Amino acid sequence: MDAMIMSNGSSDILHEIEKLKLEKEEIERRLSLLEAKLNRNPGEAVEMEVNRSCSSCLSMLDGHGEAVNGLNADMIYRYSRHLLLPDFGVEGQTNLAKSSILVVGAGGLGSPILLYLASCGVGCLGIVDDDIVELNNLHRQIIHPEAFVGHPKVKSAAASCRVRFSFRSWINSSIKLVVHNEALKGSNALDIVSKYDIVVDATDNLPSRYMISDCCVVLDKPLISGAALGMEGQLTVYHYKGGPCYRCLFPIPPPTAACQRCSDSGVLGVVPGVVGCLQALEAIKVASGIGETLSGRMLLFDALSSRIRIVNIRGRSLQCVTCGPNAIFTRQMFQAFDYEGFTQSSMSDKARPELHLLPESSRISCKEYKAVVDNREAHVLLDVRPSHHYRITALPDSINIPLPALEINVSLIDSSLKEATKVSGKEASLYVVCRRGNDSQRAVEYLSKNGFPMAKDIAGGLDSWVKDVDPSFPIY
Amino acid sequence: MVGGGGLDLLCNGVKIHHVDVPHKDQNRLEMRDLLAWVQSNLIKERPEMFIKEDSVRPGVLVLVNDCDWELCGGLGAELEEKDVVVFISTLHGG
Repeated sequence: MDAMIMSNGSSDILHEIEKLKLEKEEIERRLSLLEAKLNRNPGEAVEMEVNRSCSSCLSMLDGHGEAVNGLNADMIYRYSRHLLLPDFGVEGQTNLAKSSILVVGAGGLGSPILLYLASCGVGCLGIVDDDIVELNNLHRQIIHPEAFVGHPKVKSAAASCRVRFSFRSWINSSIKLVVHNEALKGSNALDIVSKYDIVVDATDNLPSRYMISDCCVVLDKPLISGAALGMEGQLTVYHYKGGPCYRCLFPIPPPTAACQRCSDSGVLGVVPGVVGCLQALEAIKVASGIGETLSGRMLLFDALSSRIRIVNIRGRSLQCVTCGPNAIFTRQMFQAFDYEGFTQSSMSDKARPELHLLPESSRISCKEYKAVVDNREAHVLLDVRPSHHYRITALPDSINIPLPALEINVSLIDSSLKEATKVSGKEASLYVVCRRGNDSQRAVEYLSKNGFPMAKDIAGGLDSWVKDVDPSFPIY
Repeated sequence: MVGGGGLDLLCNGVKIHHVDVPHKDQNRLEMRDLLAWVQSNLIKERPEMFIKEDSVRPGVLVLVNDCDWELCGGLGAELEEKDVVVFISTLHGG
């Protein structure tokens, strides 16, 4: 095992060395090309390194046939396929180079957004996130290499963005990348967002969506908002050219039961990828000033049936408490607003509400259940997760009855208990398990009132089983 | 009629429904009538995930022929033969 890790590690290093060598060759090739163009001696070019700040990248060269339109030779070559577009052209590209865009969230949506925005020539690109890269992110968060698992997402994302430019001559580096390794909150949002022209919402939770929208209204910034879950995505542009804000559409937050998360409901990796690409596109259109954006419209993407629907949504609401004509929503009010309280949900995907439905006498710990198994005590283990969860992994000798189907399967529990009692000659007990220990409590609450007073919940579910009993048991 | 953003789960996962809704008044069917009909005929579980008081719950967008129902009369919007009504629950994941 160790030897395998070693060989994997050294092959990674060899791969990295090869990659860097190729990049070095490319840099040298580009350098000599440019130096030949300038007809100067090697080394001189370095003096021309431009100031890498948001707005100064266009304080461009003059003479030498390079700066007629504010784009230098390297930029012209690099972005030539943009410049060839009649509707985009030099004006679109120079507008992009002057713009600054903040991407909130470096996850499934943020991955393609950041890669495209870093590649396309945006003048200043900001990334804000406080999350850590996890192995189960990688199927959709394509900006993060496996080597960055356990590291801050912003650092990983910034490294990937910089790779987009590692083969690029320094003298033309016009991209400024700014990393904010923190969660965007009411307390820091005004400060961070005010430094940018455009905001892209690539977050994964409801309170952040209200907070970012309000912040964009208060600071008068256009907001490119996207979301993805399961096999579906949604996308629109808020607070742009008189269009509505998030609160105009959703003045009252939905009940928490309606707010599903990727870590509970799953998401097909490419779905946030598609939505993120479309967000990058909308951001580029707003930044460059071309085309017609999705302001006042919403794009609904159904990946499973390959359907994209673009619908007209309401305009700015006269009653909107944030952007309506009579709204008084100040910076102070914004900073004091309790977004998590307003939406009754957390800004962190990690925070999970813990249920306390049962008396302690109706619960046992995972370690206690392990002892039941080891002592071969007569029992039935009932797993109440959905059947597609059960197929991922399950404890041995369990029976699966998903919580919603419990009522119609009471007889199955009854017969299983009788069977276990018969085999052992002792009264069998009934234990109930689920993924995190909430549904199992609901199940025990129901069972104890419907003929199974001995039913006990295994506290903390399979998550706790992994933590407290068997670290090798698959976690998902 | 189309449900999305998870609302299809309330109808056994069926997304598209071709429905023939009986008219209450002569030749006039409003969105409020359709909501009542959907609630009693299509929603199989957790009606509170679709309806609140006499309208859809917060976080659900209603679109009549690809247009926000707020732009065409809300509950009073008149429906005609072959109209397409979409109920979509807003997503927050990413």
